[in-house]
Amino acid sequence: MELLANLGLGLSTSLTPLNLLYCLMGVFLGTLIGVLPGLGPTATIAMLLPVTFTLPPVSALIMLAGIYYGSQYGGSTTSILVNVPGEAASVVTALDGYQMARQGRAGVALTTAAVGSFFAGTVATIILALFAPPLAAVALKFGPAEFFSLMVLGLLAAIVLARGSLLHAAGMVVLGLLLGLVGTDVNSGAQRFTFGILRLADGIGFVVVAMGMFGLAEITRNLENEGDRSTVVRKVANLMPTREDWKRMIGPILRGTGIGSALGILPGSGSILGSFAAYAIEKKVSKNSKEFGKGAIEGVAAPESANNAGAQTSFIPMLTLGIPSNPVMALMIGAMIIQGIQPGPSVITEQPKLFWGIIVSMWFGNLFLVILNLPMIGMWVRIVSVPYQLLFPAILVFCSIGVFSLNNTEFDIYVMAFFAVLGYLFVKLDCEPAPMLLAFILGPMMEEYMRRALLLSRGDPMVFITRPISATLLALGALAIIAASLPAMHKKREEAFRE
Amino acid sequence: MNPIARNAKDFWTGVIYLFVGSGAFILSRDYGMGTAVKMGPAYFPTLLSLLLMVIGIISVIRSFLKSGTPIGVVAWKGLLLIVASTLLFGMIVRGAGLILALPLLVIVSALASTRFSWKTSLLEAAGITVFCILVFLKGLGVPLPILGSWFGN
Repeated sequence: MELLANLGLGLSTSLTPLNLLYCLMGVFLGTLIGVLPGLGPTATIAMLLPVTFTLPPVSALIMLAGIYYGSQYGGSTTSILVNVPGEAASVVTALDGYQMARQGRAGVALTTAAVGSFFAGTVATIILALFAPPLAAVALKFGPAEFFSLMVLGLLAAIVLARGSLLHAAGMVVLGLLLGLVGTDVNSGAQRFTFGILRLADGIGFVVVAMGMFGLAEITRNLENEGDRSTVVRKVANLMPTREDWKRMIGPILRGTGIGSALGILPGSGSILGSFAAYAIEKKVSKNSKEFGKGAIEGVAAPESANNAGAQTSFIPMLTLGIPSNPVMALMIGAMIIQGIQPGPSVITEQPKLFWGIIVSMWFGNLFLVILNLPMIGMWVRIVSVPYQLLFPAILVFCSIGVFSLNNTEFDIYVMAFFAVLGYLFVKLDCEPAPMLLAFILGPMMEEYMRRALLLSRGDPMVFITRPISATLLALGALAIIAASLPAMHKKREEAFRE
Repeated sequence: MNPIARNAKDFWTGVIYLFVGSGAFILSRDYGMGTAVKMGPAYFPTLLSLLLMVIGIISVIRSFLKSGTPIGVVAWKGLLLIVASTLLFGMIVRGAGLILALPLLVIVSALASTRFSWKTSLLEAAGITVFCILVFLKGLGVPLPILGSWFGN
């Protein structure tokens, strides 16, 4: 019954005309930018984050959440129509979605994606409402040692789930932790790694890093081969799936929702992994497995449901533990801090309006997604057809002005350019930037928890192993790493990411 | 392909990790180590830099043992123009104002594309400049000048 009261509170928060408007605006803007080829949710949110600074905290987070699933849905539209996935999670959607589009069934593919996303979003929102409060209650009992170990587990999982070499991902995590320490040490006031640059005293802005590594570096990567852009499907007619289509999509949507919800909670590339896994499983269980890759509707329904479910459930660790599970959530945490909210298990009790408001608004956001996207598909098609050579200078402009507006300083533009170079370098070296960004935001928190844990234990590092919850968390992390580095699993992991 | 290592990606990644790790280690020595009970500002970074150096060393060693895929095409021109145009924008935006800085950012970066054409880029530059002045300056109140200090404003 408490749940109903809480949902009531959420309803009253999210149903105010203003918050509904921000939710709608978020979904609209997110889709608008997400539809642009080559722009994923991380870059989209980083670009639009400054827009929300002036809003009250609840509205800002509602809008950001809207931007997130809007951009993810926009990415799917792009991968169906142009075969250029805007983000990693919709890579699999492109396999069958684009084939459907070439067969003149783009409309059906888009409807399938919308229906699947809406269903998955609804279920995942319920999961979030059910599981977040008990999880937060457990987390409230955590001491510093537990939080430290939890973050270690999160980072280890991010390493396991990253594409490419485990070793490289581990290095990226440590590098990110170090970068997170740049600036003034809160405890001693010492200036660390600032090279005497005054502007670095407050540390490096995470939005700046995200825009450099996800926005600019991505543009550079796209410039490597401009030639192979597939033809755009310009006409979308007949949105309505046939009876046969409906029948075929039910199973995949249900399974995709389940897989996506479960994997979305995992740190690292949760929602990406979800869509890959959902596609792979569908290919195995489906009666029509021969059609996969040639325009099977299951190949759109399953990954689309999974990726939206994962997007939703990835809010669970962020809202209950204050620990981001992917770069988007890291940006969300940053936004909360800017709004003066300390992320962590106490958010749910201290800011119930915020917490339940966000959850309920997610459902509205998903509803808007369907209402907004299907009738407006003509407009998205036109945006999708903007050639890349016109697009990327515009992205660059928005990134530059956006970064400037964070602190009104051109210094941040230079830092962004630096991280663009670094980001591109790492792309070329097969080092995924996502774990680095996670570690970057966790760095200062980890140090603080480690400091407190060691203070309480009088300097005994065994505290992380002698406390049962902390030990369990560390053991889980160690297990994940060991499992991933076993030769047999190693091969499977490579296959999973190759598809 | 790197002539000495069998895996160029492992090699260079390792070198970067080693470089950053040892750099952070050396810098941390100035900050005060403290003790485990009372961690100083150097405590955590020193641990991390040691870890990063170890990862770097393993990566370099591995690059000689296991062969890997080559690094592949590098969009040098793209990278250079993207970074240069961004830096240029930062340097002149206050002095020249958006009316010059934005078109320059658009055109210099657009040169990175193989499909660059003056006509479309100039049109785009004009459109974006008007759009940004309306949305960011008038709408969102970003404190950037239309005409900068070089013009006596």
